[in-house]
Amino acid sequence: MRPFERQSPIIFLGIILLSLGLPHVATAQDPTPSDDEVNAIAKQLYCPVCENVPLDACGTQACIQWRGIIRDKLAEGWTEDEIKQYFVDQYGDRVLAEPPRRGLNWLAYIVPPAAFLAGVYLLYKGFQTWKTPSADHASPQESVSKTTAADDKYISRLEEELRNR
Amino acid sequence: MKKVLIWGGLAILLVILALGLNKSQQGQVSVGQPAPDFALTSFDGEEYHLADLQGKVVVINFWASWCTSCKPEAVDLENAWRNYQGEVVFLGVDYVDTEPEAKAYLAEFDITYPNGPDKRTKISQAYRVQGVPETFIIDKSGTIAHVQIGPFYSYDEIIYIIEPLLTE
Repeated sequence: MRPFERQSPIIFLGIILLSLGLPHVATAQDPTPSDDEVNAIAKQLYCPVCENVPLDACGTQACIQWRGIIRDKLAEGWTEDEIKQYFVDQYGDRVLAEPPRRGLNWLAYIVPPAAFLAGVYLLYKGFQTWKTPSADHASPQESVSKTTAADDKYISRLEEELRNR
Repeated sequence: MKKVLIWGGLAILLVILALGLNKSQQGQVSVGQPAPDFALTSFDGEEYHLADLQGKVVVINFWASWCTSCKPEAVDLENAWRNYQGEVVFLGVDYVDTEPEAKAYLAEFDITYPNGPDKRTKISQAYRVQGVPETFIIDKSGTIAHVQIGPFYSYDEIIYIIEPLLTE
């Protein structure tokens, strides 16, 4: 066997190992975060310039710059929480889609479910009242019969007094 | 007792909502009101407190690098600052901006008076700024003497407002 033929399996194996390693090398050389990665964080932020429009859907120059910052920070290896905290430090709590759970912000979390539960309770009480009417709210038929009974008593007493005369 | 608690809770909630609505409905800080105090750290790291500037006329300009209507007045403000250097204090407050673009803007218009970011948008909230550019000119006693909504259109316009304040 010639030397090349003896070495060829080793060379072949080397080429395979090298080609297996290539995608990894390519990823390391191209750290630019994708639009999806940027937008995953951007949709949790709101730029004060364009109120009520999440950062991922906002097309103003300010928002484009903000998304650029997210991309830069991701490329530098920052985590999602670190990037969000950076924006809070720079621009305040109002950039967050969800207000931080502290102070009066708790009202945003407590009031809506509490109001919903209160509404359910009031409806429940209302339905109960409709199903079992109270003594004060007797049906017209009952009131007629009660009136008749009362009248009967009066009439019989009147008749008795007339008889005694 | 239960009813008192429920109605009391509702009343407190309504008061909080009313205060919040009232705050959000307030317009800009207006002429004649005392200028809200603030601290600004410039891009160069210098600290400026409005309270320390009493006795001087102060021009506070809110701007941003993404604001196209801020650009025409940038040169006029710089020229006014150079005209009054020392006599009138100019402070640029960079509103909801990114630092590299803000610094590029300052370099583009050769702005040399102190400028710094509006950290956590505290200053713009104190002045209830609704957009940029907006400029507040404060007299020597610390009272707001002029509110400019939108840009200045000329150097003369700026000088015309500042001059009477210097003789007061």
